[in-house]
Amino acid sequence: MELDPVLLSRLQFAWVIGWHILLPAFTVGMAAFIAVLEGFSFFTGRDVYLRVSMFWIKIFSVAFGMGVVTGIIMPFQLGTNWSRYSDATANVLSPLFAYEGLTAFFLEAAFLGVLLFGRKLVPAWAHFVAALMVSFGTLFSSFWILAANSWMQTPAGYEFVDGRFFSKDWLQVIFNPSFPFRLGHTVTGFFITTGFVVLGVGASFLRRGKFVEEGRTMVSMTLWLLTVLVPLQIFLGDAHGLNTREYQPAKLAAIESRWETGREIPITLFAIPDEKAETNRFSIDVPYLGSLILTHELNGEVKGLKDFPADQRPPVLIPFFAFRVMVGCGLLMLGVVVLGGWLRWRGRLTDTPLFLRLCQLLTPIGFFAVIAGWLVTEVGRQPWTVYGLLRTAQSVSPSLTGTDVLISLLAYMAVYLFMYPTGLLLMWRIVRKGPSTAVESDSDIEAGRPKAPVLAGAMLSGGHEQ
Amino acid sequence: MTTVLDFVPIWTLILGLAVFFYVLLDGFDLGVGILYGFAPDTASRNTIMNSIAPIWDGNETWLVLGGLGLLAAFPVAFAVIIPAVYFPILVMLLALVFRGVAFEFRFRDAEHKTFWDRAFNYGSAVATFAQGVVLGSFIQGYEVTGRVFSGGSFAFLTPFSLMTGVALLFGYGLLGAGWLILKTEGRIQADARHHGRICLLGVLAAIAVVSIWTPLASQAIAARWFSWPNILILAPVPIATAAAALGTWRALGSGAEVGPFAGAIVLFILSFAGIAISLYPMIVPYHFTLWEAASSDRTQAFLLVGTLVLLPVILMYSGWSYWVFRGKVRADTGYH
Repeated sequence: MELDPVLLSRLQFAWVIGWHILLPAFTVGMAAFIAVLEGFSFFTGRDVYLRVSMFWIKIFSVAFGMGVVTGIIMPFQLGTNWSRYSDATANVLSPLFAYEGLTAFFLEAAFLGVLLFGRKLVPAWAHFVAALMVSFGTLFSSFWILAANSWMQTPAGYEFVDGRFFSKDWLQVIFNPSFPFRLGHTVTGFFITTGFVVLGVGASFLRRGKFVEEGRTMVSMTLWLLTVLVPLQIFLGDAHGLNTREYQPAKLAAIESRWETGREIPITLFAIPDEKAETNRFSIDVPYLGSLILTHELNGEVKGLKDFPADQRPPVLIPFFAFRVMVGCGLLMLGVVVLGGWLRWRGRLTDTPLFLRLCQLLTPIGFFAVIAGWLVTEVGRQPWTVYGLLRTAQSVSPSLTGTDVLISLLAYMAVYLFMYPTGLLLMWRIVRKGPSTAVESDSDIEAGRPKAPVLAGAMLSGGHEQ
Repeated sequence: MTTVLDFVPIWTLILGLAVFFYVLLDGFDLGVGILYGFAPDTASRNTIMNSIAPIWDGNETWLVLGGLGLLAAFPVAFAVIIPAVYFPILVMLLALVFRGVAFEFRFRDAEHKTFWDRAFNYGSAVATFAQGVVLGSFIQGYEVTGRVFSGGSFAFLTPFSLMTGVALLFGYGLLGAGWLILKTEGRIQADARHHGRICLLGVLAAIAVVSIWTPLASQAIAARWFSWPNILILAPVPIATAAAALGTWRALGSGAEVGPFAGAIVLFILSFAGIAISLYPMIVPYHFTLWEAASSDRTQAFLLVGTLVLLPVILMYSGWSYWVFRGKVRADTGYH
């Protein structure tokens, strides 16, 4: 079999970014959570916030370290495997990537050191500011990378000369049509992902009957947050869908596995799409709901895949099923929020074993939703890297052979399959151990001398507010 | 479009600065990682790692900025060079993964501490070697057709690039030794002085080899250095290099704590300048000049506005984070 460098490069990119995205999906929300906890601790002086913060900082530091090293790999992928894409889009997209580095990466890196190691070396307010800066850094990073990603989905503000893109209007480039929706939907999704992790871990503490105060704080705080964010996310997702219908109708058709253009169309809950026969072999439909949900009108028109030439259609199977997984996760999350709200109203939030068990089970649910959503939007963008303008097949580095890419793909697979389980195991151990209650004297710390990689200072300073 | 202002020299300067900061900053912490393998016991390994734990992440960020800066200011260079060094980049990235996670994993995974010690040590060395290979292949140039790299994926592999790979191990080792002398005391510092001298000899040998090899291999480089009046104007570069080498050697042998690091930095500046003098104005030797590879004025201008504001701010708060962790690092055997 002939090895195809395009297909292998796509698999490699999917592999490295798919694993990478799991880390920002957690650290963006976690950085904000830690900043809030540090703020609460700073302003109220209550010890529990500090203990909860120090606990999550330990997990954050592992995840963030993995996020850094897998993140450094990403910009190089653009050069190693997608050099034609880089040459074609650099004049428009490269400043966005560079601004991500300038506004976010340095900010995160410099203040992370202080956040992890410097609790005893800087005044309390400066440590709180460091936590804030790390959180801002993660948000700035999301802003720029999603601006670039959105431009690839819905390019704007450019001119196309001799196969290369040039900017005409930077504001239009950055605030391209899908950007506000993608930014809102993604960052909210990241916060929710973190929320369910904290909820699950807090629930596990309560179920074990250990670290009850910390567990209660985690469950209570995050459930409030999720009560706001989960409904908001469903609203944002709907708005994003309307945007996709307008700017990427072929993607929407693939998501719905809709072959014929029509009005008053049903919603397809489940089907087995057959791309060769251009039809669904089996489907469960609910009449009228399709038009109503997708267009917000009973007789709204939704384009079908047959309206697009076959070589301009995205694959159907992955967007279709991944979308249903994402929506399923969303509805499950909504159920937890409603149940949790009812239990809180009844005053039973933290002592209903079944609910705690449910929260614990759903700890990773956000990651599934994020990966599913990412599959929907990126596979749905195919066969283009820049939607409708630059084909994926014409984006790859021309010098690469299939064997080259196979070697690198296998190397990335081997390293990631070793590193991720190890990282997960170490984070799980931190959870098993639970928040530190040790109170040690300040004399253990000498200025300018961090004692152990990450957290020594923070762990040893436990209870200094008492 | 009429060009009002030529941004290329400014971007050359900024990118040169970013690459230099990377080489200097990640250079010393990769060098610390290389020397880490020679540490006699766990206590000294803890100290050595702690000397860079709070700052390595920021140092490595300059690599991202260097890469993205190249993409932004000189996209053709990015699109030619990076695929040409496909495998060295792959090896470097994976080595950086092991080395980067080792900071956390070593601390949290006590029963596999030796494994993560090695991951940190070998990862640092392998990443450094790969970067040296990239440098060597860059100096030798790439096969280009139109706007794309058209050579083979193993064309980077030459005796010269392997030599520069080894040379960079000594170079980063020297920077790392300078850093350890600055940040540690006692046995670790004494070892660093010893290792520093070995690395310095390696660096000087490499400088000599490159200085003889490149003019012999390239007429353009020979003409750049040895034609009249260049030979007179450029004479200070080798003279200063010799002086810096001597100063560094002495500082390593004396009680000076700042001298070795400062000397190593000067040597790096001079080597960096030497390569720049040899290759200017090429950004893809010998196919594209800086101007030919440049992105559009609009792109360079748009990024320049923010960079001129942000870069000083970055230097300020990065400087502050260094300042927070100033002073000597000591082993704390009791904690681990």
